[in-house]
Amino acid sequence: MLDCTPDKPLTEGAHTTGKINPIKTCQPVGAMYAALGIHGCLPHSHGSQGCCSYHRMALSRHFHEPAMASTSSFTEGASVFGGAANLKTSIKNVFAIYDPEIIAVHTTCLSETIGDDIPTIIKQSEIPEGRYVIHANTPSYHGSHVTGFSNMCKGIVSYLAESDGGEKKERANIFPGFVNPGDMREIRRIVTEMGVPSIMYPDTTGVMDSPMRKTYEMYPRGGATIAEIKESGNSKLTLSLGAWSSDEAAATLQAKCGVPGVPLRIPIGVRATDDLIMAVKEGFGVDVPESLEVERGQVIDTLIDTHFQYEGKTVAVFGDPDILVPLTEFLITMGMIPKYVVTGTPGNKFEKTVNGMLEEAGIEGSRVKAEGDLFDLHQWIKEEPVDLLIGNTHGKYIARAEDIPLVRVGFPVFDRAVHPLMPIVGYRGCLRLIEMISNALLERRDRDSLDEDYELIL
Amino acid sequence: MENECSVPTACIDERQFSIVTTGKNKSRIHCADDSLAGAVSQRACVYSGARVVLNPVTDAVHLVHGPIGCAAYTWDIRGSLSSGPEMFRQSFSTDLKERDVVFGGEKKLVACIDEVVGKYHPPAIFVYATCVVGLIGDDIVAVCKEASGRHGIDVIPVESSGFLSGNKIVGYRAAGEALLKLIRPKDGETVEKTRKLNFLGEYNLGGEKWLVERYLREMGIEINVAFTGDSTVAALKRAPGACLNLVQCSGSMHWVAMNLEKEYGTPYIDVNFFGAANTAESLRRIARFYGDEEIVRRTEALIEREMERVRPVVEKYRARLAGKRAAIYVGGAFKALAIIRQLQELGMEVVFTGTQTGKQEDYEQIGAIVSEGTVVIDDANPAEIEKFLLEKDVDMMAGGVKERFLAHKLGIGFVDHNHDRKDGLAGFDGAIRFAREVYATTCSPVWERVKKNPFEEAEG
Repeated sequence: MLDCTPDKPLTEGAHTTGKINPIKTCQPVGAMYAALGIHGCLPHSHGSQGCCSYHRMALSRHFHEPAMASTSSFTEGASVFGGAANLKTSIKNVFAIYDPEIIAVHTTCLSETIGDDIPTIIKQSEIPEGRYVIHANTPSYHGSHVTGFSNMCKGIVSYLAESDGGEKKERANIFPGFVNPGDMREIRRIVTEMGVPSIMYPDTTGVMDSPMRKTYEMYPRGGATIAEIKESGNSKLTLSLGAWSSDEAAATLQAKCGVPGVPLRIPIGVRATDDLIMAVKEGFGVDVPESLEVERGQVIDTLIDTHFQYEGKTVAVFGDPDILVPLTEFLITMGMIPKYVVTGTPGNKFEKTVNGMLEEAGIEGSRVKAEGDLFDLHQWIKEEPVDLLIGNTHGKYIARAEDIPLVRVGFPVFDRAVHPLMPIVGYRGCLRLIEMISNALLERRDRDSLDEDYELIL
Repeated sequence: MENECSVPTACIDERQFSIVTTGKNKSRIHCADDSLAGAVSQRACVYSGARVVLNPVTDAVHLVHGPIGCAAYTWDIRGSLSSGPEMFRQSFSTDLKERDVVFGGEKKLVACIDEVVGKYHPPAIFVYATCVVGLIGDDIVAVCKEASGRHGIDVIPVESSGFLSGNKIVGYRAAGEALLKLIRPKDGETVEKTRKLNFLGEYNLGGEKWLVERYLREMGIEINVAFTGDSTVAALKRAPGACLNLVQCSGSMHWVAMNLEKEYGTPYIDVNFFGAANTAESLRRIARFYGDEEIVRRTEALIEREMERVRPVVEKYRARLAGKRAAIYVGGAFKALAIIRQLQELGMEVVFTGTQTGKQEDYEQIGAIVSEGTVVIDDANPAEIEKFLLEKDVDMMAGGVKERFLAHKLGIGFVDHNHDRKDGLAGFDGAIRFAREVYATTCSPVWERVKKNPFEEAEG
């Protein structure tokens, strides 16, 4: 019924052009999410109204939070004469009405194609004293939402970060990557636990997971402040989590303020979390606290206690590259076989990295694809099924059509709550992933077993 | 002009005439303007309007010609249900890249159409133009025409470049044109007239078309096809054979109904199936049209039976909801009017309402049925919505996904009356469900926990 590939597996392989059921969306939504990680920021979409509406809707549905952003409200006139007047009016209106500390402008395919020169327009705009307008170019016809996130992070650095030229402070910058606020909170906790002060941005904690306060705050209390972002130029090093979402911003900060960046994976799984902790240990000469050792030990202990539940199970996983790379690594650690690994974000680096990991683990016959879509994935699953599917909500149709359990990880998740608040990073995130994965498989086993095989103890 | 706009700092001068307070002075609301640059508008674009109208056509391929975003954000968020094909739940995009924008995307569009036809053999393909496509001047009309000829199926262009307007109505028109094109009989074909009716502006959200269909069947009337809930291409092509068109969502379908009358001589009547009273009224109007005594008799029997079922439920909830204050912010005025009526039936007072796309006459109708002092806003922004939710001390709001979390943050109950509703809210069954949903959210125990916070009490 809910089938996106033709009845029989195709003999001539996957499809050749365009996308059927994409695993990516366009840049601006990533830029909007990154901008929401600055305290007092109103993201601004320089394009048609619909884009802004769609991005806000997507973020609202995933995070269960209001997502505020303004738009240049392009009409036909703007498309013919350029959007400069719209953007200037927007900047004036936004400060007058919504009074943010900072406006983060991102472009859309429309304003990019028209060729609006955003920095020049910003320079010509009326900006109140002590307020800021920054921008990122985010053409929708290039890259994906991850690229947009990365571009906005880079924009934040190039507009705001400063170095006073003095001695660097014993402090880490954290660029957390395109993850949920629950993940950001956990990453910061780990670094803090090691006794190292940090500045994290984008920081959507307290913004996209804000508590109920009985009032509506257009600019919730969370997010990195402009002062913190400026000050990040004086930190000792930057923990750059996720090559696709953070490395460019880290490189920009290094070039601009001389803060070296340590490229790391988003800390999903034991190894990536170990790497983060070791980077902090080496960077700051601190010891790993007992508390983190205990956490790690608990994960290993749990893996040992449960490994037979998922050992050798095949899994198909799809989503964003920065999530997939460490997640695939963790699945290998769990003894599972990542059979299909697909991202929608373009770039060969992804295939090289994942194939390298699979090779190292001696896993053969897997298929890895950057710039794939769910049509490809579904087609492969039809040709050779898997035991488990991991990905965003859009995977639920494949899960139903092929009768495979689905574990929801990534963006967007539209049909469940609580996920943005709960980390999948760090050692605690490992436990959560183990729980989700083994529960999915065990629920399945219980569901499928005959009465005589139905067991109390599994 | 007695416009009482009192958004203190949040009032943009240009917006003051888009906010009116109902009262003795009949001030006219400003509406159907373009949104301001820099607005946090709750509106969308032309493409979005076209997409929501056409998306429920279940067995067509909906191919979005543009960069990936436009297809991704509208992928299966409509909430329409199908009794058969699920093709409309797939997302097809030409996924335009920089190269295509520079050199034109027509070749890629042709390749995508060919691939889709080869893989799925759909009866029709809708090709949606997006912003960039309109800007670089891809001739989708020519591409579609050529592809139609080559493949022998309907490949219908939808002229929906987003920047044409910030008003979805323009998109509804583009979708309407595409539908008319699809159903126009080819040379030499004729469509036999029947006693069936078409149901325009019904999108089968949460299975609402099926609900109404059940009532009509009982009356002895068949639905020919709905525009476009749970419709197929073949069924739509039979549209000219109906003897009557019902128009529900007037914003999106009034224009289509007028054209169907012009082209095929089919009369149309406005109906509204939100709320028990509206449903009964609409069924009677339909029965009267058929002028058949047997149909009238069955209709009255049905209404009597269903009203018996609805009344105690409404009364039960009315007792608990009486005097509670409600707000409504939805896309179209048709829906706003229907919800106002239903909430009033539940004993609630509507103190604040507005729409994204209402017209002057719609707002006059709204003004006539709400009580004095109600705030009415066209194209509201979140700051305005927040302000009036608080100022008017609202207990419950009806709206769409962008309003939901705003309301929740303010400690206000919420009912989704848009794409995200999962259970039909139409007809008698819908009236029961709506009353239940309104009660459940307005009187949820969670608000007690909000009110009684021991930490605050400890701080005095």
